[in-house]
Amino acid sequence: MSSRPLANSELGWLAYDPAPESSSLARLAPSYGLFIDGAFTDPGAHQQVPTVNPATEATLATVAHAAAADVDRAVRAARHAYDTVWSVTSGAERAKYLYRIARLIQERARELAVVETLDNGKPIRESRDVDIPLAAAHFFYYAGWADKLEHAGFGADPRPLGVAGQIIPWNFPLLMAAWKLAPALAAGNTCVLKPAETTPLSALILAEILQQAELPPGVVNIVTGDGATGAALVEHPGVDKIAFTGSTEVGRAIQARVAGRATHLTLELGGKGANIVFDDAPIDEMVEGIIDGIFFNQGHVCCAGSRLLVQETVADEVLRRLQRRVEQLRVGDPLDKNTDVGAINSRAQLARIEELVAAGEREGATRYSSSCALPEHGYWFAPTVFTDVSQSHRIAREEIFGPVLSVLTFRTPEEAVAKANNTTYGLACGVWSEKGSRTLWVAQRLRAGVIWANTYNRFDPTSPFGGVRESGFGREGGRPGLAAYLDV
Amino acid sequence: MSERLDVRKTYKLLIDGAFPRSESGRTYEVLDARGAFVANVARASRKDVRDAVRAARAAQPRWWSASAYNRGQVLYRWAEMAESRAGELAAQVAAAEGLDATDARASVGRAVDRLVWYAGWTDKVTQVLGGANPVAGPFFNFSLPVPSGVVAVLAPRDSSLEGFVDAVAAPLCVGNAVVALASETRPLPAVLLGEMSATADLPGGVVNVLTGSLDELAPVLASHEDVDGLDLEGAPDAAGELAALAAATITRVLFPRTGGDASLRRLRAFVETTTVWHTVGQ
Amino acid sequence: MSTTTLPTTGARVRLTAGAGVPVVETEGQLRSILASLSGVDAVGAEARAARLATRSIKRTTKRAALDLAISMVDLTTLEGADTPGRVSSLCAKAWRPDASDPSTPSAAAVCVYPDLVAHARERLAGSSVKVAAVATAFPSGRASLAVKLADVRDALDAGADEIDMVIDRGAFLSGRLGQVFDEVVAVKALCGDAHLKVILETGELVTYDNVRRASWLAMLGGADFIKTSTGKVGVSATPTVALVMLEAARDFAESTGRLVGVKVAGGIRRAKDALRYLVIVNETAGSAWLTPDLFRFGASSLLNDLLLQRLAQRRGVYVRPDEFSGD
Repeated sequence: MSSRPLANSELGWLAYDPAPESSSLARLAPSYGLFIDGAFTDPGAHQQVPTVNPATEATLATVAHAAAADVDRAVRAARHAYDTVWSVTSGAERAKYLYRIARLIQERARELAVVETLDNGKPIRESRDVDIPLAAAHFFYYAGWADKLEHAGFGADPRPLGVAGQIIPWNFPLLMAAWKLAPALAAGNTCVLKPAETTPLSALILAEILQQAELPPGVVNIVTGDGATGAALVEHPGVDKIAFTGSTEVGRAIQARVAGRATHLTLELGGKGANIVFDDAPIDEMVEGIIDGIFFNQGHVCCAGSRLLVQETVADEVLRRLQRRVEQLRVGDPLDKNTDVGAINSRAQLARIEELVAAGEREGATRYSSSCALPEHGYWFAPTVFTDVSQSHRIAREEIFGPVLSVLTFRTPEEAVAKANNTTYGLACGVWSEKGSRTLWVAQRLRAGVIWANTYNRFDPTSPFGGVRESGFGREGGRPGLAAYLDV
Repeated sequence: MSERLDVRKTYKLLIDGAFPRSESGRTYEVLDARGAFVANVARASRKDVRDAVRAARAAQPRWWSASAYNRGQVLYRWAEMAESRAGELAAQVAAAEGLDATDARASVGRAVDRLVWYAGWTDKVTQVLGGANPVAGPFFNFSLPVPSGVVAVLAPRDSSLEGFVDAVAAPLCVGNAVVALASETRPLPAVLLGEMSATADLPGGVVNVLTGSLDELAPVLASHEDVDGLDLEGAPDAAGELAALAAATITRVLFPRTGGDASLRRLRAFVETTTVWHTVGQ
Repeated sequence: MSTTTLPTTGARVRLTAGAGVPVVETEGQLRSILASLSGVDAVGAEARAARLATRSIKRTTKRAALDLAISMVDLTTLEGADTPGRVSSLCAKAWRPDASDPSTPSAAAVCVYPDLVAHARERLAGSSVKVAAVATAFPSGRASLAVKLADVRDALDAGADEIDMVIDRGAFLSGRLGQVFDEVVAVKALCGDAHLKVILETGELVTYDNVRRASWLAMLGGADFIKTSTGKVGVSATPTVALVMLEAARDFAESTGRLVGVKVAGGIRRAKDALRYLVIVNETAGSAWLTPDLFRFGASSLLNDLLLQRLAQRRGVYVRPDEFSGD
């Protein structure tokens, strides 16, 4: 008997079966207290707020809402730890604590990735391959600075600032915690960290890690809560430094609040990044870069390449390829290892995206959205591309913070630069061309803190990240990231 | 009370990730600080030097092409391994240097911290030693430190572990491969640390540790044409002669010097600077 | 949701969609088409291939994909020591890879040197398994065109269904593109209905830009398949090379309406690797290429690993390699 060749129709599209990561890897407690002075407070002592899985709307755990009095306790614990322990701990010893933390993050990486995906809605592929490894790398990198601050270029004996109040967003919860804590601790500061209200869980696992690392009590305190908690931290007179990552609107308010005080401030705010495509760009990699630029993390990225500026001569070609690629994106269960685009982080954010997309349609832009099926429960938005967009449209000016790309065209490098700079933001831009001299010419004229050439959304602890203009000031990463926590 | 007879260890060379005896079959006696016999140690030959340099040359490009982050992780892992076997190291340091147990353990602690310090340098030397240069004209110009290549280290004679760490980890962390000749009279802490490198994910050939006669092997290393850098710390008396041998192929030489920050000096000793000019225009 | 539908054009090759393969009459025309191809950014291409390698293939998909992969294998022996006996057992293996399970698909082809084609042909009579021959002075391609054509004619006369030819990499690397193109055209003319696979030997072309240009050159010259490697040089198929070639096949199909297959060969030994290639096929050229008519694995030991994994899927436990013949 002859065996038969397999007909293509029997396989059809290589539709991957679900390959979900196990949610049981996340060993979550039903409720959490605050992490103050090295220990968790009794959850019952605080107002408890649920944190939900945005992919299912199920409650994952409840966390404490830190009131002003709790923030005060945390700041005092940080001050005490600074005065009695951390400021007299040598750089070499601080380094070893940070190395321990980096190693513990690596050891618990899989658990952390699952927690991050459950709480945030991001695809497990991203939390596993980007967020968690980068968080560990950040601790590793700044650990190496703690014992060599005198070589960092800020003088022979740079001093820390004291107590740092750090407020982080929900889009990269653990990574943003690492970006804040690692340089602060390396430089010799103590910290009060306020995670985002919708994504507190990975920071609370991090608190357990700090305990396992035997970091002295009070060196890092973690207070969960909402904007009121953050405001209490900003207003606390015992805080020497405020580091905030979040919206430009809140950044403005914080800068106004600390104005006239001796409080140091760094702000990492919104953006409306331009991805500039020239006609000699490497086309397949460029399409991938546009996709990564806007659909990475559901577009919940302050440096997202949310405006595509494409040279007119290749616009049709680029859009056709882009559309084909958008159709291929797998949207759905964030825990599935094959998911490309996960859930929108919250109902409020979904509403904001929907409002801006509706505005785009009203203003006359042409909308294309992926025909992918969306799950019934949870918060979802199909990957979307707007063409026929003009500079004046809201979708070309306002940060959508979602999987929505606005496409504009240009004819010359000057015009590309002018359009890219025609924004109040200045966080990041991309340039796609095989001509190095033009890429550098453009890069020197873009008003942005980070410029990627033939790539997008790359992060590394050694590379400074941050914005100009209304995207904020101060840098995270590299030597400038250290300067943000030194009295220099 | 019957005492258990201990199983003694054979101390061998480290070449290309393997632990051979000297190809010559020779050994020599190592004595402790009080003159008592400790072990017969491999006495490396010219050919062992040749093999070690060849292994280092082959391994260096891969070591350098690994990310700086990765090299840092590997050196840190080496420190972890050293810490976990600190007792063993301390016993050998005590014997070699005549220290009491407390001082020996402290020395091991400093050596491990030093290794951690170097681990942190791998992804920072570029930022400290390199940079962009504001040249006049439409150019983007930047300079990067790159490793010299294969560095021969004559390890310090007295500081059997701390000195060895400084001499070896510095060139390593900037991307060089190393052939180290351990202190002739106090080689065992270095041999142990070499063994630990093999369990620290350090690729074979990146670190090679030889034991033997300084007088015999130092000229071979110094005159070896495929050696790019030479650290003369362990041969202060013959430094001039050895440096003259090295001059034949313009080998970079680090002379013994007292005072100053020796380790930062070592960090810079075996790096070259590569500068890139790139046009800027529409 | 409104949809913008945009005109279809090739990879910056200004050809009208579906207008057929352009007639290339001069080296100048060939050069201008190849010069119009977009460059490949190596960093981005490798990152894309690496990301596709993280796809997780489970359950039903895995079982179907393993069977598909088996049906795509060109079971290959290309040794100086090959004998009729060795080829016989290879043919038996290709026909019924797992004698204990008749539901196992046959391999796509056996791939041998021309002098063993007749023997293989005889052994495979009545099966669906094709006979492929490497020809044109395999693996180096260093011979005159007359000798190469004689080599091909030999294989065809002996009954080969498929010809795996090598391009002259020396000519390609020194810029004699017309010469390389003419050889492909000449071999294809001789092949007639026999399938022509053109081996680019990407390990010797080195850059992805070269791989893309050579892919287009071969397709324009009439290749039915473009193939990565001979398996005889240090670097054989890699996921990124496959990605670049599949992009070329996809773009060529969009421009000309002609579907050209891709064969990856050399160093693919594990079922896991084969499945990764299928993912790259699926997400680059698309599911239309998920057929032995358009995608092949040139391999020998891969088949056994596919069979092992197939059995393991069925039994639900890991199985020992001795379950299958060593052929």
